[in-house]
Amino acid sequence: MRLTELFSKKFVVTSEIGPPKGWQIEKCLQEAEHLKGKVDAINVTDNQSSVMRFGSLATCHFLKDRGIEPVYQVVCRDRNRIALQSDILSAAAFGIENLLLLTGDHTKLGDHPQAKPVFDLDSVSLIYAVKKLEEGQDLAGNKLESEPPKFSIGAVVSPCSDPVEPQLIKMEKKVKAGAQFFQTQAVYETDKFVKFMEKAKQFGVPVMAGIVVLKSVGMARYMNENVAGVYVPDNLIEELKKDKEKTKSGQTGIEIAAKLIKELKPYCQGVHIMPLGWDDKVPKIIELAGLS
Amino acid sequence: MIVSQQKPIDEILKMLEGEKSVFVVGCNGCAEVCETGGEKACVELKQKLEASGIKVAGCTVVDFMCNKLLDSLKILRHKKKIDSADSILALTCGIGVQAIASVIDKYVHPANNTIYLGGFQGLWPSIEKCAECGDCVLDLTGGICPVINCSKSLLNGPCGGTKNSKCEIDKELDCGWEKIYNRLKKLNRLENFQKLVKLRDYSKMFPSAELRNTGFYDIEKE
Ligand code: SF4
Ligand code: SF4
Repeated sequence: MRLTELFSKKFVVTSEIGPPKGWQIEKCLQEAEHLKGKVDAINVTDNQSSVMRFGSLATCHFLKDRGIEPVYQVVCRDRNRIALQSDILSAAAFGIENLLLLTGDHTKLGDHPQAKPVFDLDSVSLIYAVKKLEEGQDLAGNKLESEPPKFSIGAVVSPCSDPVEPQLIKMEKKVKAGAQFFQTQAVYETDKFVKFMEKAKQFGVPVMAGIVVLKSVGMARYMNENVAGVYVPDNLIEELKKDKEKTKSGQTGIEIAAKLIKELKPYCQGVHIMPLGWDDKVPKIIELAGLS
Repeated sequence: MIVSQQKPIDEILKMLEGEKSVFVVGCNGCAEVCETGGEKACVELKQKLEASGIKVAGCTVVDFMCNKLLDSLKILRHKKKIDSADSILALTCGIGVQAIASVIDKYVHPANNTIYLGGFQGLWPSIEKCAECGDCVLDLTGGICPVINCSKSLLNGPCGGTKNSKCEIDKELDCGWEKIYNRLKKLNRLENFQKLVKLRDYSKMFPSAELRNTGFYDIEKE
């Protein structure tokens, strides 16, 4: 089922899983089972943070087999335009209908800093390439045999970046290239998000606010130091500090995530919850946010 | 020796769309040898521009456009005419375009594609670099090269990795796209950033035999 068909009907909720560093995928699929029926679809990250892992496409295929709707994440870091188009055609044959197309982190940030950073395409040109495939042509203009594939084309944007204008310009460029929905970088500053949406509304595409579950004070501080476009305000850090046991058990993170969702809901068309391994907490967040 | 080739005239005219007058600057260094700078190329291009209804407010050559000091001196001398023009058209390599763009708050269009470092190592006295991509995009980016200045060589805008104006790979490294954004904003050309999806054409990186045929290359072959 394509996500784009859902936005007119409901507030869409997605979550995500990251494939393991190894080939035994069962545990990862079981994590996804926690979320089955609770979320509308599950993103599968593509060698997230430039760390080499089990493939996103194969994981999506396994999810599909278990009746879970996947969102196939594709980054431009590791493959050139020939391999990217080829993988996207393969996804169509597996019945994968939702894509999230990203530039991807630089190879230098991962566990193979020696690798060649490919970036033959970038997020905008990859979206454009998929659009062309949907029109029955490849990027070089050659005709595809038989029926062209059809996807929901997703993209990302970073709404709390400073300055935010380049993000908005690029978002518009993605929409023009063919992006049909957006999932955002983690949002903790609701006021900034609201301001961003005032401007992003004009593009007429659904936006799903990104929610990253806060696990500890250290994690919040680390993100403030190192993660682009993300800032955890002091009041949330204070909340994490208040009750150490509660924070450790995950309860504080769950409550903060649910509160953020409630605040953001009137301004967006869905949320994308990134649990970073705490998949079992997602159902509670959804319940507490009043989305179940 | 930095080998360049003039962009097709249609592409040059497209870059100048909406402008009435340009100031033409040609490089008398490597580009002169390639006949893509120097007086001859400037005069020929000037005629083509005028035939297409674009006024050439003035024309000059700089010995080495990669030298910012020489660029600045020439700009000073022609300041009035440059001020009266909508933009500068630079007949030089990618480094020359970036060098002159860095010393003047005026939009600079590249007339050439930079293809090849042939025969002799390129020597230039400035921090600007060119990767000889063969399909110069400096016109879209306000004279700051994204192939060199963005760690991912992105052509369609910044990734989400910029933090405090720095690149995601290194806290000491300026984000090239933030520099491009600031420059386009300052010169009121943000719409350039919006232009069509730009795809890199890697086939243009492989120069034809004819282009490889510089004097130095011939000497080395023997
Ligand atoms: S875009 Fe950059 S690498 Fe390409 S020719 Fe221009 S200056 Fe050189
Ligand atoms: S942070 Fe800036 S310079 Fe670094 S890869 Fe992203 S856009 Fe390019």
